[in-house]
Amino acid sequence: MTTLAKLVRASAFRLAVLFLAFFALSATLVIGYIYYSTTVLLSRQLNEAIETEARGLAEQYAAGGTVRLLAAVQQRAAIAGNDLYLMTDASFRPLAGNLYGAPAEVTEAAGWYEFSFRRVDGGQVSERQALARTYVLAGGFRLIVGRDIEERRSFQRVIASALFWGLGLTIALGIAGGLIASRRLLARLDAMAATSQRIMAGDLSERIPEAGTGDELDRLALSLNAMLDRIERLMAGLKEVSDNIAHDLKTPLTRLRTRAETALRQGNSPDICRRALEQTIEESDQLIRIFNALLSIAAAEAGAARAGFAGLDAATVASDVAELYEPIAEEAGAVLKVEANGPAPLAGDRELISQAIANLIDNALKYGLPEAAGGHRGAVNGKSAKSAKSARAAGREAPGEITVSVAASGDSVEIAVRDHGPGVPQAERERVVQRFVRLETSRSRPGSGLGLSLAAAVARLHKGELKLEDNSPGLAVRMILPARHG
Amino acid sequence: MKILLIEDDAETAGYLVRALKESGHVIDHSGDGEEGLEMAQAGSFDVLVVDRMIPRRDGLSVIAELRKAGDQTPVLILSALGEVDDRVKGLRAGGDDYLTKPYAFSELLARIEVLARRKAPEAGEAVLQAGDLLLDRLAHTVRRSGKAIPLQPREFALLDYLMRHKGQVVTRTMLLENVWNYHFDPQTNVIDVHISRLRAKIDRDFAAPLLHTVRGAGYMISDDLS
Repeated sequence: MTTLAKLVRASAFRLAVLFLAFFALSATLVIGYIYYSTTVLLSRQLNEAIETEARGLAEQYAAGGTVRLLAAVQQRAAIAGNDLYLMTDASFRPLAGNLYGAPAEVTEAAGWYEFSFRRVDGGQVSERQALARTYVLAGGFRLIVGRDIEERRSFQRVIASALFWGLGLTIALGIAGGLIASRRLLARLDAMAATSQRIMAGDLSERIPEAGTGDELDRLALSLNAMLDRIERLMAGLKEVSDNIAHDLKTPLTRLRTRAETALRQGNSPDICRRALEQTIEESDQLIRIFNALLSIAAAEAGAARAGFAGLDAATVASDVAELYEPIAEEAGAVLKVEANGPAPLAGDRELISQAIANLIDNALKYGLPEAAGGHRGAVNGKSAKSAKSARAAGREAPGEITVSVAASGDSVEIAVRDHGPGVPQAERERVVQRFVRLETSRSRPGSGLGLSLAAAVARLHKGELKLEDNSPGLAVRMILPARHG
Repeated sequence: MKILLIEDDAETAGYLVRALKESGHVIDHSGDGEEGLEMAQAGSFDVLVVDRMIPRRDGLSVIAELRKAGDQTPVLILSALGEVDDRVKGLRAGGDDYLTKPYAFSELLARIEVLARRKAPEAGEAVLQAGDLLLDRLAHTVRRSGKAIPLQPREFALLDYLMRHKGQVVTRTMLLENVWNYHFDPQTNVIDVHISRLRAKIDRDFAAPLLHTVRGAGYMISDDLS
């Protein structure tokens, strides 16, 4: 497609042409109306002037007959102006007046005539237009009373040319403007198309240029870029996940295989076989668990669960989950406390939110208990003892306490799980939310590294967020979800 | 009891048929939906075990067809699809229970036995009894040998579920699903701890334990006082 053809086909150009057509039509109507009404007005004035003149002459004629009329005509014709007079005999021979001979258009009949005549002004002869009325008098004399209407004609010409040039210019400028506008638009759209081509070719880091004008195209570019950011993050996440799956699933699979192989090699004792088989089942259960966790995260991230959202009270959901974990916390030497300041309504998936809270509590129980309370996180002893002391000094909960709190405030509902364990270093807080990421200090403990990822995915599914903060000492994980009103 | 298994994977089916026979059940097997439907309509089974994705006729449509004809045989659905709405769809089609692959055989067996027992219309008994343990569902009280045992609401619900399935193995997953209404994996042995709390209340001070642990499967409450 040629550039011009492309420009003409552009929607901006078509829009410009449409506007132009409307504008031209309305301009024509306005000018046409002005032309029509002024012409009518001028004609009426002209006719009245001619008739007034004729009436004046008629009075002369009535008073003194042909002779008096002749004199009056001669007298009036002598005055320079636009009034035209001619008196002729029955054979149109001029007797008096400032018209040199009866115009050819004038016939026997009395009435209105429009004709051209020559006018001499200071030696200059010009061809002009006149409107006149002829009267037939007794004895075949004729009187022509008229007016030079050249000025009216030139007024009409001015209007006509104004119309012509005005419209011509408007259309020319309009088309030019439309072409320029559509070229600018096309240039930006072409840039967008080129960018998306490059992105499709595989370079996900490309972004659509933003002009910074804040117009609708800019807004489109902005939201497309935001979408690309999200896609890039998802792709990066996907790649990381597949790398991690390769690592984190291959390890237990290898163990599984080695164990079976060893049992086969050593294998005549039924006891050894039995033990190996039991371990195999345990190991496959762990693998199934990882798979299920990955599938739950994938389901939360796909967003399909939004269709099944229902009204929930976060306080009830959280205390139900806490109730499930309370005995096991007690067994671990910890206290699981629930704090809620009344109902906290939100729209969500009970199962997924419960699972997220369960994961947070499970994490707190596994990694968030100080050594003294039976925790195992690899904290330096001195530091842990110090933090426990400082917690008590600050009048806070005992170190073996895990708090599940639900608070509704304004537009959001916060579900938080706080522990007093060694916490997560600031630098690692963003990383531990990713799939399979575990702190070095917790590697030796059971776990898949998927608990926080699921909680974060669930928060995102509900258009909320998951924040990891310092509970000084310990870790505070806050899930902030939009509240539901009405 | 008589069970019909509709499952297209020959190896799984072969294993299940053998294992269910060893557990003392009579089992018929079909590899596709059409044949399975005909068999279900012709014979009288105590439980149907239906895989969701089977050739010729989808598992859910087999169930829907049976239910339309007024057949109320309990159905356990087996599926690789484990999301909440897959489960809801399965139960809405007329399934009575839903088990996600991969599953442990002990889990499948426990669920089949619970379903088969449920076929007898559940008596709206107000008082459940196991040995000398009595649970009054209306008064919300539990007594053993005449002695009142105070229970937390959830402990009561747990005992209620166990006693309604007296003599049957109940798995941890079944307890989590039916007592807590959760379908996710709680990662740790939370159920075991709840059970041991309950056990401490109903069994500790008495000579004969009523709440038994079934190794590799789950828990069971029985009349057996031996």
